[in-house]
Amino acid sequence: MTDPRNRCRRSFLARCLTGAVALSAAGLRATAEAQMPSGKSRVVVARDPQLCGAGSNIDAGRLEALLDRAMQSLFNLPASHDNTIAAWRRIASANDKVSLKVNTLGGRGIVTNVELVEAVRERLQQAGVAARNIVVWDRDTEELERAGFRIATGGDRVQCYGTDRVGYEDKLSAWGSVGSRLSKILTRATSVLINLPVLKDHDGAGVTIALKNMYGTIHNPNKYHPNGCDPYVADLNMLPEIRSCMKLTICDATTAMYDGGPGFKPEFSWKCNGVLVAQDAVALDFTGWQTIERKRAEKGLKTLDAEGRAPRYIATAADSEHTLGHGDPAHIAVIEV
Amino acid sequence: MNCKLVSTECDGRTPLDRRSFLKCALASGAALTAGELAAPAAAAAPTGGQAQNDAQFTFEAKFYEKLDNRKIKCKLCPRECVVGDKERGYCGVRENRGGIYYTIVHSRVCAAHVDPIEKKPLFHYLPGTMAFSVATAGCNVNCKFCQNWDISQSRPEEIPAQYLSPHQAADLARKYDCPTIAYTYSEPVVFAEYLMDTADAAHQAGVRSIVVSNGYMQHDSLQQAYGKMDAVKIDLKAFTESYYAKVVTGQLKPVLDSLVTLRKMGKWTEIVYLVVPGLNDDDAELRGLAQWIKANLGPDVPLHFTQFHPEYLLKNLPITPVPTLERAKALADTEGLRYVYIGNVPGHPAQNTYCPQCRKLLVERVGFTASQMLIRKDSTCPFCAHSIPGIWHA
Repeated sequence: MTDPRNRCRRSFLARCLTGAVALSAAGLRATAEAQMPSGKSRVVVARDPQLCGAGSNIDAGRLEALLDRAMQSLFNLPASHDNTIAAWRRIASANDKVSLKVNTLGGRGIVTNVELVEAVRERLQQAGVAARNIVVWDRDTEELERAGFRIATGGDRVQCYGTDRVGYEDKLSAWGSVGSRLSKILTRATSVLINLPVLKDHDGAGVTIALKNMYGTIHNPNKYHPNGCDPYVADLNMLPEIRSCMKLTICDATTAMYDGGPGFKPEFSWKCNGVLVAQDAVALDFTGWQTIERKRAEKGLKTLDAEGRAPRYIATAADSEHTLGHGDPAHIAVIEV
Repeated sequence: MNCKLVSTECDGRTPLDRRSFLKCALASGAALTAGELAAPAAAAAPTGGQAQNDAQFTFEAKFYEKLDNRKIKCKLCPRECVVGDKERGYCGVRENRGGIYYTIVHSRVCAAHVDPIEKKPLFHYLPGTMAFSVATAGCNVNCKFCQNWDISQSRPEEIPAQYLSPHQAADLARKYDCPTIAYTYSEPVVFAEYLMDTADAAHQAGVRSIVVSNGYMQHDSLQQAYGKMDAVKIDLKAFTESYYAKVVTGQLKPVLDSLVTLRKMGKWTEIVYLVVPGLNDDDAELRGLAQWIKANLGPDVPLHFTQFHPEYLLKNLPITPVPTLERAKALADTEGLRYVYIGNVPGHPAQNTYCPQCRKLLVERVGFTASQMLIRKDSTCPFCAHSIPGIWHA
């Protein structure tokens, strides 16, 4: 090991480039270790072939029932309404401000469905969270509206608006390669963050599911697309403001895309008729990636790796520097319901 | 006027002495109180947000090619972003909508100011004059020391901006007795279309155009866009690819190519090198830089070594010591460069221009003010008649 006394001034200064980052990481390490699952991470893949019925409309009742089954399975609870509520109470309590980060970027057809958000909202309220303390959000209010969400600000209702309405913090948050201003919805209206991404292919990153959905929380996502978004996705999820309140991911896989993403292209989408639920976003991303790969194989397409766009950021998020979750299938328990 | 007041150029923080401050304040006061531009509604609260009128600023971009599946490849800078439908390039100000690439910052000015041209800095171009300086949001790199990061690293809808058409910009420049419009503060590469249209409008109005840029461009876009410029200042961030990769998120080679192209185009060009302690101040690197400039651009290109101040993601580095800047200048002088300056250090004698032949003081600068300018109309030294390169008189 190098004796610090022998370090030259130049190398010291070069290290200072990432000095602030290293300090942040050290501060987080204890928390990260405590949160790291000791055993396998549970990823629930819940499917209902009748979810979308014959048409494109989602059966809201079936979706709610599917979500209930998924939440019970996530916490290994016997099926009952009480256990569903008990599961939700492990995520949020009456004192929490819960924000639901949806994904509306892809345009109608490949967005987080209103019906799924409604089901989550319903259960959160039954678990004791006040309507006014729930906010449904994404980057842009118009995109939310186009995705079918009804904008609501003020009053005792569930809130729904984009970051464009409140802006980003002036202060930079930094970790590793990332330095960004965070949405004030995240920093000021959130104690519990529930991530509601969609399952889709991404031309640069390989796939965009849970971890990459956090690009919608910062002011400069365009800066983090080089190199297949690696290590940017992982570094972004290390920001304390995100990591400290991220409690649950519910991936909307009613409709999914196996190629041509992230914008909606019907020719590359399929009715997956499911949701993926996990507390470990890395494990969920790995599982979602494999789901997409299976569909690609079924369609006769090359693997993402063969196309040079495997989502390497998933492994980065799981590495010893990040410890955001498990990216190794040996440490992931996929539970199909 | 509601848009951002920017007091620094993109190459380093510039402390103002009292005289410079007063001059800048007077100049900018004129622009600030003019009221020519309508303020957009700023989004501040969930109940009161109002977006800027995006359509007003949206024009089909130049410099791109269409690909399959509604994708495009941007040909503006060497990054060559392949951008899917509904997505933006790295710069954040060019967006693919249905397979057509658009600039969304045309006439979308987020910073406007009347600055001394010495602040760009251009020392050999119309000294003592003011430049009507404009910027939009966006940048095609992400320098960890950027002091204007709040506009350069933002998407346009995130910061207040105002509509300023090319003709309005030209009119304002004339109104405030600015012989030049400067495209500056953020990175003009990314608003190339606005820059080109404004340069045309300005030339029609008898106003020249200058650009402060990182030079990270493709050959064709450089020729077309900066072909319309009357002078160019390039921020050469370092002389190693590793620095460009780690600190700038770009590449050195295309910038060097741009400098050579500008030279061939006959554009008046000055170079700024922000000296960051411990990262790009190595003797060998500085010597290599000076040698390259002399060999490829000639000994008469002004080179400004400017002082770094901790900003953005490099707040934990110290201010560049003045002896480091003096060492850099000495190295470049030794290599035969004739006009090597030290910047961001008010009162330093290396801010002045001296005749390389008789060594007499020709242009004395105090802060951003050219307090004495002795170079003759024929661009020669009044003491020994040596030719001094530059555009010294309008």
